[in-house]
Amino acid sequence: MIAVLQHELKSYFHTLTAYVFGAFLLCFVGIGAMMYNLEMAVSNFEYVLSFGCLVFVVIVPILTMRVIAEERKQKTDQLLYSLPISTTSVVLGKYLALLVVYLVPLCIVSLYPLIFSRYGQVYLPTSYGSIFAFFVLGAALIALGVFISSLTDNQGFAAGIGIAVILFNYYSVQLAEYISSSALGTLVALWVIAIALGLVIRFVTGQENLAFVIMGVLMVAAFVVYQVDATLLEGLLPNIMTQLSLFERFYVFVNGVFDLTGIFYYLSVVVFFLFLSVQSLEKRRYN
Amino acid sequence: MIQVEHLTKCYGDVMAVRDLSFEIDEGHVYGFLGPNGAGKSTTMNIMTGCLSATSGRVLIDGHDIFEEPKEAKRLMGYLPEQPPLYLGESPVEYLTFVGRAKGLKGEELKHQVTDVMAQTKIEHVAHRRIGDLSKGYRQRVGIAQALLGNPKVIILDEPTVGLDPIQIIEIRDLIRELGRTHTVIFSSHILSEVQAICDRILIIAHGKLVAFDCPENLERDLLTQNQITLTTQAGPDEVQEVLDRLDHLSDITFQAKEGGYTQTHFHTSHPKPYEMTRQLFWAFAESDVPLLEMTLKKASLEDVFLELTETAPAQEDEAEEMDEEVEEA
Repeated sequence: MIAVLQHELKSYFHTLTAYVFGAFLLCFVGIGAMMYNLEMAVSNFEYVLSFGCLVFVVIVPILTMRVIAEERKQKTDQLLYSLPISTTSVVLGKYLALLVVYLVPLCIVSLYPLIFSRYGQVYLPTSYGSIFAFFVLGAALIALGVFISSLTDNQGFAAGIGIAVILFNYYSVQLAEYISSSALGTLVALWVIAIALGLVIRFVTGQENLAFVIMGVLMVAAFVVYQVDATLLEGLLPNIMTQLSLFERFYVFVNGVFDLTGIFYYLSVVVFFLFLSVQSLEKRRYN
Repeated sequence: MIQVEHLTKCYGDVMAVRDLSFEIDEGHVYGFLGPNGAGKSTTMNIMTGCLSATSGRVLIDGHDIFEEPKEAKRLMGYLPEQPPLYLGESPVEYLTFVGRAKGLKGEELKHQVTDVMAQTKIEHVAHRRIGDLSKGYRQRVGIAQALLGNPKVIILDEPTVGLDPIQIIEIRDLIRELGRTHTVIFSSHILSEVQAICDRILIIAHGKLVAFDCPENLERDLLTQNQITLTTQAGPDEVQEVLDRLDHLSDITFQAKEGGYTQTHFHTSHPKPYEMTRQLFWAFAESDVPLLEMTLKKASLEDVFLELTETAPAQEDEAEEMDEEVEEA
């Protein structure tokens, strides 16, 4: 794992990747800090991060697109398979390297509240609480990006899907509010989600039966709930989206609450997607 | 050293390797020979743990590649068909990474990296980008990578494909040299190459092992059907009469030529071809039939290879037909 970590770090800092990523992040947070803290003279650094997290939509996919896709394309994944290291440690090594690349600009960002506090009243606990939340939010998105990169050997495709997924996640709550909150509307939306999930499972695992079964079970379950007690479905979708949205959880921190369940949620997302990435790499051996 | 037992690999409906079993001893150069698509790369990928098997197992020095992958992989160095190189790095950086991943540290790591670079003669390009190196040098970096960690077995998948003739000779020399200190298994679809370097040949066709022996034995045992052509000053009947008195002859064909000559072709399964020609000479002399010309064409490994790899699909079809008949019954 250490070998992979060192190797990845070297390649990130030898190429432009780490610098471009860092520059984008610093630039965006910098603009935010200028707007909120300097121009508007707001002392809460949290708002800057709340504005800054939109940058993840672009920079996370750019950072993670090549991580596994490129290995596949150059056939260097064969080397990793033939080395006496487990797939888990390969994925962990790569992921930790990405976290380091992410932490470097974040360390610089974490100086800002200290600097601002010299010139005015800054409530540091909420500032650092939300910087920490900003870190785990990014960590969760990077894990998602690693997984998407493991699905394909085309970097561009990995980046495109990554941007789409993160953007969808960013706007999911707003989107869900557009859908009729009536029970029937929710049922239809749930069916659409079930079909989409089925297609994703079909694409990722290649197992048609499994995809059909999961899709069918979900659709029937939604229909049964609709028949038994339709009121349960009313307004369900925005609720689900709020629960699932990574960004929505972050706004809780921005509002000054250090939400442990949120941290726990982010960490489970990390574990979940890293686990899927390992499975996706292992699957290539079992095709 | 390596035991492959009843290895089978299916890609969907396609069977790439079927029930392959063989055993590899320490200290030889093994050649894996077979036409394209015979299942060579698949077998090598399974042996090195890059691919799972549908059934069967592979033991490396007693370690199952699927159950104890770390122990098994430590004993092997593998160069896949396309050398797995990070093109943006220099050979030193690349080899240092591979060495670390193989568990080498500190002085030993440095020492081994210098060692394998000397062995593969890439010291003078050690700090250039791999992406800027020629194909021959890339192949060497790939081999250097396989040598790190001092593995007992080195597995090379078509190491000479795509190289120019001089590079091919250099890589062959390198393989021969490695054969002195390691067990080397390498695959190729070029017969002369395998013949030149290996002391054991495995021939694979359609996912099955069709022959496994040293080159001389393969030539001697598998295709002793040497071909003889005679030109005699006599009619076909007379020649037939003479030949009837001799054994070890088959596939006799006659060709009447102008001026009362007859050209006769046949195969002989006699273990000593010169003994056969001597007998032919005396037989014709005793019968007063003038023997004008006699040519002996010895079977080469090329013929063995062609025969083995070409007959396999026919047998397969037969087997499948039989299966169908059984099912119908």
